[in-house]
Amino acid sequence: MTQHYNLPDERGHFGPYGGKFVAETLMGPIQELEEAYLRYMQDPEFLTELDADLQHYVGRPSPLYHAERWSRHLGGAQLYLKREDLNHTGAHKVNNTIGQALLAKRMGKTRIIAETGAGQHGVATATVAARLGLECVVYMGAVDVARQSLNVYRMKLLGAKVVAVESGSKTLKDALNEALRDWVTNVDNTFYIIGTVAGPHPYPAMVRDFQTVIGREAKEQCLTMTGRLPDALVACVGGGSNAIGLFYPFIDDASVKMYGVEAAGDGVETGRHSAPLCAGRPGVLHGNRTYLIEDDDGEIIETHSISAGLDYPGVGPEHAWLKDSGRAEYVNITDDEALKGFHDLTEMEGIIPALESSHAIAYTTKLAPTMPKDSIIIINLSGRGDKDIMTLAQREGIEL
Amino acid sequence: MSRLAAKFDELSKSGRKALIPFLTAGDPHPNFTVPMMHAMVEAGVDIIELGVPFSDPMADGPVIQKASERALAHKMSLRKVLNIVAEFRRKDDQTPVVLMGYLNPIEAMGYEDFANAAQRVEIDGVLTVDLPPEEADFCVSLLKERGIDPVFLLAPNSNEERIRKMDAAGSGYIYYVSLKGVTGAGHLNTADVEERLKLIRANTRLPIGIGFGVKDAETAKTVAHLGDGVVVGSALISKIEANLDNPEQACSEIVDLLKAMRAAMDE
Ligand SMILES: Cc1ncc(COP(=O)(O)O)c(C=O)c1O
Repeated sequence: MTQHYNLPDERGHFGPYGGKFVAETLMGPIQELEEAYLRYMQDPEFLTELDADLQHYVGRPSPLYHAERWSRHLGGAQLYLKREDLNHTGAHKVNNTIGQALLAKRMGKTRIIAETGAGQHGVATATVAARLGLECVVYMGAVDVARQSLNVYRMKLLGAKVVAVESGSKTLKDALNEALRDWVTNVDNTFYIIGTVAGPHPYPAMVRDFQTVIGREAKEQCLTMTGRLPDALVACVGGGSNAIGLFYPFIDDASVKMYGVEAAGDGVETGRHSAPLCAGRPGVLHGNRTYLIEDDDGEIIETHSISAGLDYPGVGPEHAWLKDSGRAEYVNITDDEALKGFHDLTEMEGIIPALESSHAIAYTTKLAPTMPKDSIIIINLSGRGDKDIMTLAQREGIEL
Repeated sequence: MSRLAAKFDELSKSGRKALIPFLTAGDPHPNFTVPMMHAMVEAGVDIIELGVPFSDPMADGPVIQKASERALAHKMSLRKVLNIVAEFRRKDDQTPVVLMGYLNPIEAMGYEDFANAAQRVEIDGVLTVDLPPEEADFCVSLLKERGIDPVFLLAPNSNEERIRKMDAAGSGYIYYVSLKGVTGAGHLNTADVEERLKLIRANTRLPIGIGFGVKDAETAKTVAHLGDGVVVGSALISKIEANLDNPEQACSEIVDLLKAMRAAMDE
């Protein structure tokens, strides 16, 4: 790549992907949001406040940790974990909710809404809403409400109202639909905090920009610790926010390979998966054009993954572009492989990863041995696994 | 002149307003739709908006969401909706039919295949909720080349610049969504609509259909005075929902409501 990477264009397009595919009532509000986002991302006062919050409230910078024992065990590349699991609320999600909530405050919005799957983004949103004293409503599929009851309770403790969505497949995509319906109805006072790099422009670019703190820090830390750039980056991809947050600052560094890891569920060949980049095709959903899991008629199909945070039929449009352009490679990891990754890291490094992040861990166990011992991989440890202990125990037939 | 333009022309000459019912194709059963469309025409409607069911109807309220789910449970699809229109056309080559739905089924079928098929079964207009004019160039020209009108939505918060965009990109008519919200929500505020219509009229000469929140003959009459057409959807679909075990009853209740609206609008 000789040219400087500079997407999206002014219409929010990443090649043929992205854009603004929304009902007319939302065109005004997303225009207003775009203007605010462009203005405040240049505003020194806003950026200073954001940086201070990331440092003192989130606990940044997060460490870049050399997992020596795990590296030795795999016998290949040196493995460095970007510890987003150590952030306040336990995942990378808060980097974005802090940023969007500050924007909401600047725009004079008094009410925050969000969608959530596993509940991590819902918790991160409820957290910042509590801190800023904003009303907060979180939409969550009824199926997810039942399987993530702990996070539902956390959100309620934080003062958020959690609405169980009963339409469609009652999961994350339906929560997003319902949040969009709320937004259309309450556009005047409401700010919609989307939890990943999806939705209409400017969300994919804006959420990316708030998450790139991950990659900026990782790059600097890697240079300080090793004196050079990494050879590869690995991150799990649900909507793709933790992955793009790590990748983006390295896009112009052609020597750095990028691997996005999708959830293969029972295996992509079974049809029961959440891997649109590996096994889907382009379409339009939730405001943008991207790869989707759909049937021949263009109806969205239910997805499957052991990790609720990856259980989404679409993916951020920038990843669709990075795939087509060949700049990043997208691979997939099954539920069983992810579980093995989970145990590996827990036992070898004393770090309990989120099931989402375990997909990146599991792919690394395949990739690292193929690389020389002096090469470097940075893995985004997007979240901690405490929230997944119940799911795991259940899956492994252990009664707590 | 397109069938839609001719229809609005004819109505305006006789001083009447268009009654435009919305029906989700395939709800509650694929066999229900064609006879229902004919019955609607007999009840005095002018244009039919036929909903293409989609798995993720983001702009619809619970009534039309459930209609979509019922139709999809019977494996309804865009291709089958096109077949439904073909069947309707065997007995009715007069009444304009506008497809209303979301972009992804069209994207999945392929824009050119869709436009060709729509022309073949004599569809008159296509309204895609999540396709604003900014993204629509390609689709609009494919449709216009085939004599099909692209119909766009305007909302209460659309500014003058956007009204002109719809005017440039759209044809047939413009659908004014009378309130901020999803289909089937609340009641429209007549004074607000009247105010907005002034701004819209100043920026387009296309006929204006007004929808969202039209529930009874009374509202239909009021709205008819403001625009050129009245769109009624959820109020009709509710009749289907209330009579799932008795589709004939649903059909006759829909016909009664439409007749009452027609009479009130023509008073
Ligand atoms: C820990 C963690 N990692 C990853 C994800 C997936 O989201 P994204 O692909 O946007 O990073 C989630 C989503 O809930 C998550 O909680």
